[in-house]
Amino acid sequence: MKLDDLLNHTSEWLRGTGPNSDIVISSRIRLARNLEKFAFPHWADQKEGEEILRLIADATSKCDYLKSTTNFRLSDLELLDKQFLVERHLMSREHAQKTDHKAVIIDTEEVISIMVNEEDHLRVQVMQSGFNIYEAWNIINKIDDCLAKELPFAFLADWGYLTACPTNTGTGMRGSVMLHLPALVMTRQIDRVLAAISKLSFTTRGLYGEGTQASGNFFQISNQVSLGQSEEEIIENINGLIRQIIEQENQARVALLGRNGAVLEDRVNRSLGILKNARIINSQETVELLSMVRLGSDLGMIKDIDRRIINELFIVTQPAHLQKIMQKKLSAQERDMKRAQIIREKLKI
Amino acid sequence: MLCDICGKNQATVHLTEIIDDQMNELHLCEACAREKSAQMENQFGLSDLLAGLADFEKPEAEKEAVGLKCPNCKLTYADFKKIGRLGCGECYVTFKKYLAPLLKRIHGSSQHFGKSPLKTKTGVAKKKIDLLEELRSKLQKAIEEEAFEEAARLRDQIREAEKKQQDNNTEKENKNET
Repeated sequence: MKLDDLLNHTSEWLRGTGPNSDIVISSRIRLARNLEKFAFPHWADQKEGEEILRLIADATSKCDYLKSTTNFRLSDLELLDKQFLVERHLMSREHAQKTDHKAVIIDTEEVISIMVNEEDHLRVQVMQSGFNIYEAWNIINKIDDCLAKELPFAFLADWGYLTACPTNTGTGMRGSVMLHLPALVMTRQIDRVLAAISKLSFTTRGLYGEGTQASGNFFQISNQVSLGQSEEEIIENINGLIRQIIEQENQARVALLGRNGAVLEDRVNRSLGILKNARIINSQETVELLSMVRLGSDLGMIKDIDRRIINELFIVTQPAHLQKIMQKKLSAQERDMKRAQIIREKLKI
Repeated sequence: MLCDICGKNQATVHLTEIIDDQMNELHLCEACAREKSAQMENQFGLSDLLAGLADFEKPEAEKEAVGLKCPNCKLTYADFKKIGRLGCGECYVTFKKYLAPLLKRIHGSSQHFGKSPLKTKTGVAKKKIDLLEELRSKLQKAIEEEAFEEAARLRDQIREAEKKQQDNNTEKENKNET
């Protein structure tokens, strides 16, 4: 697989299918793993870094579940390519910043991605469309077992998998669910919900991962605790919490429609109008308007636009994607124009 | 809008900073934003937070810990306090005494209940596996094979073994105290 092949491909998690896909965009699990005896990436010297890359490349090539993956060394990628992978949620911003002895292993469906020598030797990630965290666990658990046959993972019976940062020790697992909660935001209930989430040891992030502000009514909710609970318990807890949030968002949607359905319908269609006609649009405005269109589509106010197209627009309107499509570097203003053009083309009915 | 820092390029990154309850909005170009974010990481990173969590009640204990060095990767406890990251898996053994309360504070627990890498080729991980681990792996397998009766039986055995282990630990602690 070549990196550019991904451009014409919809990531698994953007398909807009799967359970509760009106409110839940995607479900994702990642596992942090390290090799025994080797220094963690931040503490390893060049020789160790290279050795780890080699061992992991070797192990992944032997694993049946990773047959359709491609291993990209970050030192071989252009800056733009790295940003492109970050925008597709296939690797972290941190991983893209430093290139020494780092790699990312991706499968053609973009379900699986493995970052090598990020904060830990291995960061395995599995993504699924919709509310499908159990399936993500099934897949990642098998990959993990498969890798454990080839690689001696750093592990203690008392403390589980050992990670560079003690906040990940134990299962090394983080389960995240990306939610679209426009009605909770519009009815001003979101702060109450987020406060409750943080009390339950879960964290909330924005659409574009760690350190980003929630924008366009997207919230990514993940477990914080990784020690003292089994993987299944963590997943059950996430599941229970997300069910409740979905329920609350649904109630808020009903309330919004009941109270002032016409106002909502007006806002949805105005948003669509701008997207269909704008000639210059920045990413912040795009995300906000797309969020309204997505809500309108969920509520049946907009019938002729596939959710998959809306989901895709969130991704392809980001800076690196625009530049990959154009195959050249674009200034901020050029991007705003190209963005508007792509949106118009995709929304043309 | 032009960048607040260089005043030359278009501002495309919008940042909200909160310092001492004062909210401050910044509009930056990409280059200045990158620099700013690097600065912020230096100012306050996770390492500060972790180091704070690991602070000792007794200064003597701190002195003793700071001198410790991992025989495998040569990271010292002082390094860990500074960077907030451990150096290798062996560090967890070297600094066990000091990490236990830290893990408890972060996770509310210092006992792993999840899966384990039983099938390692080298068998290195196997050294540390006791009866309890063996039971847990059997349970995992039983669940995978959907042998739920067997799983329930194993679960009860595990609970019993855990209780025994806990009792033993308390006994040991009591002995140490007297």
